[in-house]
Amino acid sequence: MVIHKFLVHNEGDDVGVATEDIAGGEEVGGVFMDTGGSVTLTAQGDVPLSHKIAVHALRAGDEVTEYGIRVGLATQDIAVGAYVHTHNIRSARW
Amino acid sequence: MAPRLTGYRRANGRVGIRNRVVVIPVDDISNAAAEGVAHLVPEALAIPHPYGRLQFGEDLELHFRTLIGTGSNPNVAAAVVIGIEPNWTGRVVEGIRAQGTPAQGFSIERNGDLETIRAAARAAQQLVQDATEIPREEVSLGEIMVSIKCGESDTTTGLASCPTVARVVDLVVDAGGTVLFGETSELTGGEHLIAERCVDDDVRRRFQATYDAYIAMIEEQGADLMGSQPTQGNIRGGLSTIEEKALGNIEKTGTKPVVDVLAPAVAPVRAGLNFMDTSSAAAECITLMAAAGAVVHLFPTGQGNIVGHPIEPVVKLTGNPLTARTMVEHIDLDVSGLLRREIDVAEAGRRLQAVVERTVRGRHTCAEALGHREFVLTKLYRSA
Repeated sequence: MVIHKFLVHNEGDDVGVATEDIAGGEEVGGVFMDTGGSVTLTAQGDVPLSHKIAVHALRAGDEVTEYGIRVGLATQDIAVGAYVHTHNIRSARW
Repeated sequence: MAPRLTGYRRANGRVGIRNRVVVIPVDDISNAAAEGVAHLVPEALAIPHPYGRLQFGEDLELHFRTLIGTGSNPNVAAAVVIGIEPNWTGRVVEGIRAQGTPAQGFSIERNGDLETIRAAARAAQQLVQDATEIPREEVSLGEIMVSIKCGESDTTTGLASCPTVARVVDLVVDAGGTVLFGETSELTGGEHLIAERCVDDDVRRRFQATYDAYIAMIEEQGADLMGSQPTQGNIRGGLSTIEEKALGNIEKTGTKPVVDVLAPAVAPVRAGLNFMDTSSAAAECITLMAAAGAVVHLFPTGQGNIVGHPIEPVVKLTGNPLTARTMVEHIDLDVSGLLRREIDVAEAGRRLQAVVERTVRGRHTCAEALGHREFVLTKLYRSA
């Protein structure tokens, strides 16, 4: 079983949530909460506890999915393992 | 066998879990007299607030509904009402009495604060002593009206504390009980999920109309909610967008159908999960839900909202280990084990159920012990 440092609501989601502080360059494991499956990736920057890490690469303008549902739009290209927050995604509603 | 639940069965058949005597000012300028009464009779609880003058229309109706609903909440044994003049004071007293709750009114004009306090304190003393003779009786979980609202959410809310609350919400609904949720603007991005769960087309239409009207009200201000929703605390906690916040928020509503749509502070008439049109500000929302008769509130928090209420105990839980460690005096249940996968959500739900049952039996919540008594009236528009 993977020692996880982030959790992903649904296996298809673009982002996971750090369950402890993650350091840039660290190889970290994540667990999909719906399937119990796991993923390992390299963090591209520091991701504090309760903040998000990219599980998939995204292009600017792409929809960002969490909970299996759109939670916003990427405002710039986002690499796998990147820190995801208000600097690179925004609401699609306001 | 689990220990039995006990509560106070009121004249109108509803069940309370506290037995407070409250002193309710009708208006802002009667706060001093209400607090004077509570000073002389410490077991009587004054509930000061900043409004009640020159309100009109639906805003005034909501003011009365909130004060009357608070005074007749099943957690209240009796109410003393103090207003500047007798007419509106009498309206609040009559509204509370109509629910079967003993209430006495006092007005300040032609008496002054000191005479009013003297007379009202005598009444309050009698009501406090009478209340101490009301016995606790055995009650069932389905008789406990529950309200839910989260605050200072972060991404742990949607992962841990809200799914935990969902377990108890489903349990209460299955037991025949009533649960209130609200936070109209905070459904944005997931409002279709609530619409899909409405029990029939009539409820769905009323839900959508309520949601659309709230968003239209925001847009009429010529503003959007960027910077306010999600809040600065939410953003610090890792939430990036309103949609992400909403999906975490909606996690706590469980899986049951939405049986009705309620205006603010209106008492539910259908058992089950009810949606109430409310602000997402914690104290405003809880005040409206308590006025509708909710007797215990479940409050998931991420970054650590510390809200309480004068008469409705607020049970707080967090999935954020940093919050659980640094704000321990505010957190009734730590479910951060969900993040570490040490426990599953079924176990977290059982732990919350145990906390709720202890709260029902009389154990004070953190917010009660710390004296958090936020009572915040919702104002719909400016006074005349």
